[in-house]
Amino acid sequence: MREEIIVRVGAKVLAPFIIMFALYVHFHGDYSPGGGFQAGVILAAAFALLALVYGLEEVQRVLPPWFVRGCAALGVVIFAGVGVVTMLLGHNYLAYNALAPDPTHPEHGQHYGILLVELGVLVTVFGVMATVFYLFAGRKGQAP
Amino acid sequence: MLLTLLAATGFALLRIRNLFAVVMLAGVYSLLSAGLFTVMDAVDVAFTEAAVGAGISTVLFLGALALCGHHESKPGHTPLLPLFVVCLTGAALVYGTMDMPGFGEASNPVHHHVADHYLEESYGEIGIPNVVTSVLASYRGYDTMGETTVVFAAAVGVLILLVGGARARRARGGGEG
Repeated sequence: MREEIIVRVGAKVLAPFIIMFALYVHFHGDYSPGGGFQAGVILAAAFALLALVYGLEEVQRVLPPWFVRGCAALGVVIFAGVGVVTMLLGHNYLAYNALAPDPTHPEHGQHYGILLVELGVLVTVFGVMATVFYLFAGRKGQAP
Repeated sequence: MLLTLLAATGFALLRIRNLFAVVMLAGVYSLLSAGLFTVMDAVDVAFTEAAVGAGISTVLFLGALALCGHHESKPGHTPLLPLFVVCLTGAALVYGTMDMPGFGEASNPVHHHVADHYLEESYGEIGIPNVVTSVLASYRGYDTMGETTVVFAAAVGVLILLVGGARARRARGGGEG
């Protein structure tokens, strides 16, 4: 597939839009279907497309395996960290009202809290999907 | 209509022995399920199904295919016992549904426990129009955190199985050689 010019150019043109769409799905998840999970999958799919067309090595120069593994762990830390921050601010664990910049409108904090934890979900799901893809795509065929 | 297509794809999946075609049909199956969820107004679920089922898992299956060859070997046993087990399980499940309240009735308990509260109050309490997001990330934040941890644990499991195994084998080979 690597010599086909239509596939190469097509993948190159599509990839930024897929990444953009993933971010849109995440940040617009409050108003439309979608959220961190779907966004993470779409983001990983964009890099999987590039890896299929240009080869795994090229993609791993941009996103090394240790980086995506770190992403998988970092997302959980972000999610749990939001809970710790709300506790430090004197509320219950994961009570996003604590994050409101204006204490008279505590429900605004929900907005930030949800965006942050969804970001954690996005980072974890992206890291996990990319890690699994790397592992499968990177193994040499042992089949007969 | 969609259900018919779904069933047809399912049967084709069972009959075909070329694994490449099976992977493609599994993608088609996921896409049809996504269409079905959309028809039932579960857009978030449909989105996830389309992205995960039809998108990334097809790619992962193809990656697995590259490792294990394209043809499925014939099963070494008759299908009678599995068929019996499946029929028995199906009959038990159908028997179980007898006690369930009618599908989609407004008085069902599932529509009245906390769902009313979520639907009516969530905009005032959370300020977000998409109720699915409110429930997922705010009311059920603990669950979602657990879910994220499970996804992470899955990756750790795959890493240990594939990378750890290879490393141990290399170490063992090095020790012997």
